[in-house]
Amino acid sequence: MTIEELEQIAKSVQQENAKYDFELNVCMDLACASQGADKLKDALVKAVEASGKKVLVRRTGCMGPCSHGPLVRVDPQESMYSKVKAQHAEKIVEQLGGEPVAGLQCDLNEHFDSQVRVVLENAGYIDPEKIDDYISRDGYKALLTVLTEMTPQGVIHRITESGLRGRGGGGYPTGLKWSTVAKSQGDLKYVVCNGDEGDPGAFMDRSVMEGDPHRVIEGMAIAAYAVGANKGFIYVRAEYPVAVSRLTTAIREARRRGLLGNNICNTPFNFDVEIRLGAGAFVCGEETALLASIEGKRGTPRSRPPYPAMSGLFGKPTLINNVETYANVAPIVRNGGKWFFNMGSERSKGTKVFALTGKIANTGLVEVPMGIKLREIIERIGGGVPQGHTFKAVQTGGPSGGCIPAEMLDVGVSYDALLKMGSIMGSGGMIVMDDTSCMVNVAKFFIEFCMTESCGKCIPCRAGTAQMYTLLTRICTGTGTMDDLELLEQLCSTVKEASLCGLGQTAPNPVLSTLKYFRNEYIDHILHKRCPAGVCTMEPVEVVA
Amino acid sequence: MPAFTPPPLPSDDKRWKIVNGTMRKNGFARHALIETLHTVQSSFGYLDDDAIRFVAQSLRVPLSQAYGVVTFYHYFSLKPPGKHTVTVCAGTACYIKGADKLIATAEKKLGIAQGQTTKDGNVSLMVARCVGACSRAPVSLCDGQIMGEMSSEQMIEQLERWTVE
Repeated sequence: MTIEELEQIAKSVQQENAKYDFELNVCMDLACASQGADKLKDALVKAVEASGKKVLVRRTGCMGPCSHGPLVRVDPQESMYSKVKAQHAEKIVEQLGGEPVAGLQCDLNEHFDSQVRVVLENAGYIDPEKIDDYISRDGYKALLTVLTEMTPQGVIHRITESGLRGRGGGGYPTGLKWSTVAKSQGDLKYVVCNGDEGDPGAFMDRSVMEGDPHRVIEGMAIAAYAVGANKGFIYVRAEYPVAVSRLTTAIREARRRGLLGNNICNTPFNFDVEIRLGAGAFVCGEETALLASIEGKRGTPRSRPPYPAMSGLFGKPTLINNVETYANVAPIVRNGGKWFFNMGSERSKGTKVFALTGKIANTGLVEVPMGIKLREIIERIGGGVPQGHTFKAVQTGGPSGGCIPAEMLDVGVSYDALLKMGSIMGSGGMIVMDDTSCMVNVAKFFIEFCMTESCGKCIPCRAGTAQMYTLLTRICTGTGTMDDLELLEQLCSTVKEASLCGLGQTAPNPVLSTLKYFRNEYIDHILHKRCPAGVCTMEPVEVVA
Repeated sequence: MPAFTPPPLPSDDKRWKIVNGTMRKNGFARHALIETLHTVQSSFGYLDDDAIRFVAQSLRVPLSQAYGVVTFYHYFSLKPPGKHTVTVCAGTACYIKGADKLIATAEKKLGIAQGQTTKDGNVSLMVARCVGACSRAPVSLCDGQIMGEMSSEQMIEQLERWTVE
């Protein structure tokens, strides 16, 4: 495969698409598929055949506003139909080019206006199982440019220049990580993609792997060239069977086209990727635990140093990045580091994909420039809290993050700002809570999660989370005391300071942040035996006559 | 050192050949343990002692280590699943939208706790960490089929449909 051949493929796809007068793009991501998007697509194909019109019906990845699904976008008009059922198919095809079908139109301009799409640029535009679709949208161009025109140092320089930071949540500068692995001595190196999206309430990585799998593979191949690796592993949760099958197809197609394998693009560069399945352990999102899991062992973390960049998978230098980090690589190479650097806030560059869920009108996937105000995401893009309820908090960072109250909504989203507020960026889950959520109960929910997911290797995390859970249960049932609260706070700092890995070190965050912003609710539970949100059931107490 | 010969297949059940295929594809390397266990579980539905022993011997992994791996990961099950499985998602978005009520409803209706199977082997009630369909919370998987925005009434209806069969 050469750049000319790549352009030839892109051209032929464009010519093929030009034969059609209209395109009907049907979102077939999990949320839409679970509401009958597959039947809808079949019905559309049938209706098109019957009408004799020149219409291309295409299956695509997640378009974003899942709560309006199943979604159909009519191109070239770019108009969107929401909540489409199979019985609407004939009408949609019939009215193509004329008036839009009444009752199905949705006005999502507010939702899309403030979004900037880099990682999700192809989502909703390509068929994830067709490599040619990806190629027609500049796919693999970055890889071939890198292989033929750039040195590994040049690639690392471009990534460093872009200011890209790890999208798995830690925010470590990606360029720095790459250069460390590149400098490590060793004949064999690995690149690993962390697709173990364990954060409950987040599904960005799933959508990227399912909707645009080649983007991840291309990013990994560029990274491999930059650090001098020839073998890659994608570690995916077994709970995401569609992602696994899409990636498997993508790898097979890329091999067939000569974009993976030996002597890619007639250069001496060899690279191939294998998929490894996770088996449902949250701790495997931690890099050393993930590597242990790929080696077929229990996913327990180990102390660092040595860092995986020195001694990682099978003892070899290993580069580990998150799905979204790899997904950012190809656009940075194509458009230059400066282009990326100019987006975002002072110390957090580019865009971030968030999974917006919970008590909010437009749930789904959004991609926004870093530095955007939380209020803008929740009120404008998300459409606010529905049904006369009031906003209480937004939770970011999953079990490692915290709850951010209403008065902090005007803060811009960045790694540092979120950390300062007692939360973290995390992988990008953003769960909105309204006045029906009890913050003490939320803290208990996360601590229970961390308690069951603790691998048990180090005592602060194993025993600490269990004790914290007991204390929180007491408070939630109205049997807690102020001493319990004090003990809880002490335990938080012990677990935070003394745990071995990220899971334990961040486990107290949900408790600490709710204590910081919603202390009143704890006090109400303890002193007044009352749950302001009406969630917790209190133990009966004896009334002294 | 004599060349290693993998143990014979436990029985002439064809599914063992699929399991063996996964191991052969990975050159019977030790690091293929989790991959192989996945194949066993997808072929047989669960992992029993014979299966774990066979995989451990074939990959030359100590039995204790294989058992340790099986019990470490939530995805692996040591008990056979019921004829039908309902998996309630207990991710954060589902929790906020009342997944605990769904679990309680199912527990009451089936008379079992989460993680158990009814005595007649008809329905298993499982709880998942997150199935990634957060935008349609609360979500349940009924025999692998995603049911979004599920109410307690819908849960009861679904369970009754299974018991009638």
